Amino acid sequence: MSWQWFHRLGSPRWFYQKSSAWLPWLGAAALLLLTVGIVWGLGFAPEDAKQGNSYRIIYIHVPAAFLALAGYYIMAISGAIGLIWKMKLSFVVMRAAAPIGAVLTFVALFTGAVWGKPTWGTYWVWDARITSMLILFFLYLGVMALSGAFSREQSGDKASALLALVGTVNIPIIYKSVDWWFTLHQPATLKLTEASTIDPSMFYPLITMIAGFYLFYAWVLTLHTRALILQREWRTQWVRELMGTSSAARG
Amino acid sequence: MHPARKQRLILVVLLVALSSVAVGFVTYAMRENMDFFYAPSAFAAGEVPFEKRIRAGGCVVPGSIVRDEASLDVRFAITDGEAELEVVFDKILPDLFAEGEAAVVTGKLQQGGYVRADQVLAKHDESYTPPEVAETMVNQASCQGDAKI
Repeated sequence: MSWQWFHRLGSPRWFYQKSSAWLPWLGAAALLLLTVGIVWGLGFAPEDAKQGNSYRIIYIHVPAAFLALAGYYIMAISGAIGLIWKMKLSFVVMRAAAPIGAVLTFVALFTGAVWGKPTWGTYWVWDARITSMLILFFLYLGVMALSGAFSREQSGDKASALLALVGTVNIPIIYKSVDWWFTLHQPATLKLTEASTIDPSMFYPLITMIAGFYLFYAWVLTLHTRALILQREWRTQWVRELMGTSSAARG
Repeated sequence: MHPARKQRLILVVLLVALSSVAVGFVTYAMRENMDFFYAPSAFAAGEVPFEKRIRAGGCVVPGSIVRDEASLDVRFAITDGEAELEVVFDKILPDLFAEGEAAVVTGKLQQGGYVRADQVLAKHDESYTPPEVAETMVNQASCQGDAKI
C-alpha cells in the first residue's frame, strides 16, 4: 500500500512550503467572491415581500452558519486523523479550526438575534435550533480551552480531539432540529433534495456568498495553521533558517 | 493498515457511535421538552396543563382577529389544521404578525379553554420572495395550517 503521500501530507514543513504558493490565490478568490456577493446581495437583490430589507442579513447569517457546522467536521476529522495516524499536522489543523469556528458560530448567533428582533419580535428564544447552536459555540470554546490546558502539547492534542469527536453528534441535531421539533426558527430554505424556497434573484447572491465563505474559511484556516506550525516547530532547523533569512533580509 | 492504527481507528469510530447513541437516547427521552411550543391539537387533547406558563404555536386563522373596543385586548385563533385555539393578548403585536401567518404565543391556559398570552412572536416561514413575485402568487398566505409549521 502506498500510504507515503498521506504521511508526507502530515509533515508541517511540507505543508508550510506548499501552502505558500496557493495562499495568495485563495485569498484573492475569497475576497473577490465576498465582494461580489455582498454588493449583489445588499445592493441589487430585491427586498423581501414580507420582511423588507431586514432579510438581507441572510447573506451573512446563512454562510456563517454553514461554515460553523462544516468547520466543526473539519476540526473533528482532523482530530480523528491525528489520533489514528499520530500525525502532527492534523492536530495543528484541529487547533487552528477551533477559534475560527467559534467566531463563525458567534456571527451566526449574533446576526440571528439582530434579525430575530424585527422578524419574530425577540432577540433570543430557547428553541432547539438556537440552543443547539449555542452548544456548538461552547463546544468550540471547550476544544480551545482543553487544547491549551496541558503543559504537554500532545496531551492537549489528544484530549481536545476526543472532545471534538464526541461533540460531532451535535451537528446533525442542529441541522435537523427545525424538522424534528417545533421551533421558532424556520426550516431550511436551501434544500438538497427539492427546490429551494427562495427566489432566484435572491438565491444567486446567497450562493456566491456561501462559496466566498468557504474560500475565506480555507484561507483563514491555512493562515492560522501556518502560524501555529511556526509556533510549534520553532526549535527545528527549517523554522530557524526561515526566521533567520527573513530577519536578515529585513535588516 | 498498521494493526495499531486500525485499533485506534476502531476506537475512534466506537467513541463517536456510542456518544451519538447516548445523546440520541437522552434526546429521545426528553422529546416532549424539545418542542418549543404545543400545537393547538395538544390543547384539544387535554395534554396541556392549566395555569402554567406554556407556549402555543400555529397559523393565525384568517378573519379571527378581533380587537376589543373597551380595552387593549386583541383576540385571535391559531390552528394546526386539526384544532383551533383561542388567544387573548393585550400588548403590541410584532410587525410580521398577520392572518395566515404563523405565530408562537407564551401565556397560561385559562379555564375557558383559551390562552391569555403575555408574549406573541411571529414565526417566519422559509420562503423568500420579492414583492413583485409575491403579488402574482395566488396564495399569499404561506402558512397552510399544517401540523408541522
